[in-house]
Amino acid sequence: MKVTDEMIDRLSHLARLEFKNEEKAEIKNDLTNVLSFIEKLNELNTDGIEPLVYVNEDVNVLRKDVREQIITKQEALKSAPQHDSDYFKTPKVLQKK
Amino acid sequence: MDKSIIDKYEMVIGLEVHAQLQTNSKAYCADGTEFGLSPNVQVSPISLGHPGTLPVMNERSLVYAIKMGIATNCTINKYNAFARKNYFYADLPKGYQITQHTTPICTDGKIKIKVNGEEKYIGITRIHLEEDAGKSIHDIDPFNSLIDLNRAGVPLIEIVSEPDLRSADDAYEYLTYIRKLVRYLDICDGNMEEGSLRCDCNISVRLKGAEKFGTKVEVKNMNSIRNVKRAIEYEMYRQIEMVEKGEWIEMQTRSFNAADGSTFDMRSKEAANDYRYFPEPDLPPVILTDEFIAEAKAEMPALPEELINRFKTEFGLSEYDANVLADEKEIAHYYLQLISFQKNYKSAANWLMVSIKGYLNEKAISISEFPVEAKKISELIDAIDGNKISNTVASQKIFPALIENPTANILDLAKELNVLQESDASAIEELVKQAIAKYPEKVTEYKNGKTSLQGLFVGEVMKLSKGKAEPKIVNQLVNKHLSE
Repeated sequence: MKVTDEMIDRLSHLARLEFKNEEKAEIKNDLTNVLSFIEKLNELNTDGIEPLVYVNEDVNVLRKDVREQIITKQEALKSAPQHDSDYFKTPKVLQKK
Repeated sequence: MDKSIIDKYEMVIGLEVHAQLQTNSKAYCADGTEFGLSPNVQVSPISLGHPGTLPVMNERSLVYAIKMGIATNCTINKYNAFARKNYFYADLPKGYQITQHTTPICTDGKIKIKVNGEEKYIGITRIHLEEDAGKSIHDIDPFNSLIDLNRAGVPLIEIVSEPDLRSADDAYEYLTYIRKLVRYLDICDGNMEEGSLRCDCNISVRLKGAEKFGTKVEVKNMNSIRNVKRAIEYEMYRQIEMVEKGEWIEMQTRSFNAADGSTFDMRSKEAANDYRYFPEPDLPPVILTDEFIAEAKAEMPALPEELINRFKTEFGLSEYDANVLADEKEIAHYYLQLISFQKNYKSAANWLMVSIKGYLNEKAISISEFPVEAKKISELIDAIDGNKISNTVASQKIFPALIENPTANILDLAKELNVLQESDASAIEELVKQAIAKYPEKVTEYKNGKTSLQGLFVGEVMKLSKGKAEPKIVNQLVNKHLSE
């Protein structure tokens, strides 16, 4: 598959990432390599073989509806780059009208 | 807009209803699910989306979804796989929502609604399980959005209707019924203001008789059933006007403005969403057994439709009374309790619908907080039917006294209030004689054929007895004495 500039723009938009032009060129190159590597798999004949979704064959791994609190608010917030004593902080995602 | 123009068109509406399930813990981890707690206290590495954590399915949320499926006459699908719906938003820590994409737990249902006296069936396309996102707060901090993840991962079912609704009234009745069902089933509190029940509407218009659907517009953010109706009415006028002017209706997502009842384009929302669904490899499939489904079914209470039928056929109530009583599960249960003591079904229904509901409305409380037990209300009805007290006295004097003193004996209360009905014929006879003696000319007129005067004498006797004489006996005795 050919990776186009439009595809890069679209992917970066979906991932909420911004790239400079030279970075875009690099990413295009990387993605092209990854895809051609994966395309190698197309050489295999997979007719009549169901796609493998789960590497483990267990089904019905269920949990009883029991509440358990294993971390505190402080622990939850600790690893976030930006937070106050109650909330995670992110750049404003909605501009006030 | 001219009615003749509106009448040329019909609306095509489908609703997507999200109901937050009232489980103790979240959909895929053990965090609590309470509403209104201090921010970020119901979180864990799983709901925070930390790398290396694995979701585990909450068994109870499956049970709740099955119940809703059965209540809406759906097929319950045994093979349940989960998928990732990918999108980036700050209140979705994993970067994807775990949902059911191609294998919804329930499909192909229908429910019956009644709109302006007319019954119609509305198809249910599917019900699937998924998880809620957290909450973003944009108006506290001027520079940042604040994120509270208490709600992230709370289980939801999404109930998707077929585009079978044709008016704002249809949508109103449909949503009212869905809310009634989730409340009957005790799977969701149905509170639209707090967001535990949410509704998105897909709305389009087309000329009557046209086969193709018009372009649909999605409207969100209505926080009450009434506002859903208002939003649809607004869209009807807006879209018909556009079509009449020959304009193209654009496929968009609009938000409802409750202040003026209008809708507006949510430009902030990305036009082209691409969720890139793929199977969730971390959550193994759930394969439901017949026993599991049967157990869920066995837990279900009688549903409104069944109760309405029972109330009509078994207890001889009118369509209207049956509907009022079945409107809330708790009221219906109080009624069933009441008539386990009381065979006067009609009177029991009246007491519940008039006096008790009136009291509950006045105090803005629910029947679970009503102090008087059903058995006591039954005794009150017995006292009326046994001619111990009159109906008026019962509702105006005894009922309020009973609320003050819920365990009191009815007849003691009546004595105390001096309202016990006089059914002693000899005592009443004395009063009848007095009344007749008071109006000798009227007696003559009566004897000359003006029999309508009987009412005058009965009224006089009732007055003399201060309303306590039993009307039936008074009538008999007045009649007897006048005919002498």
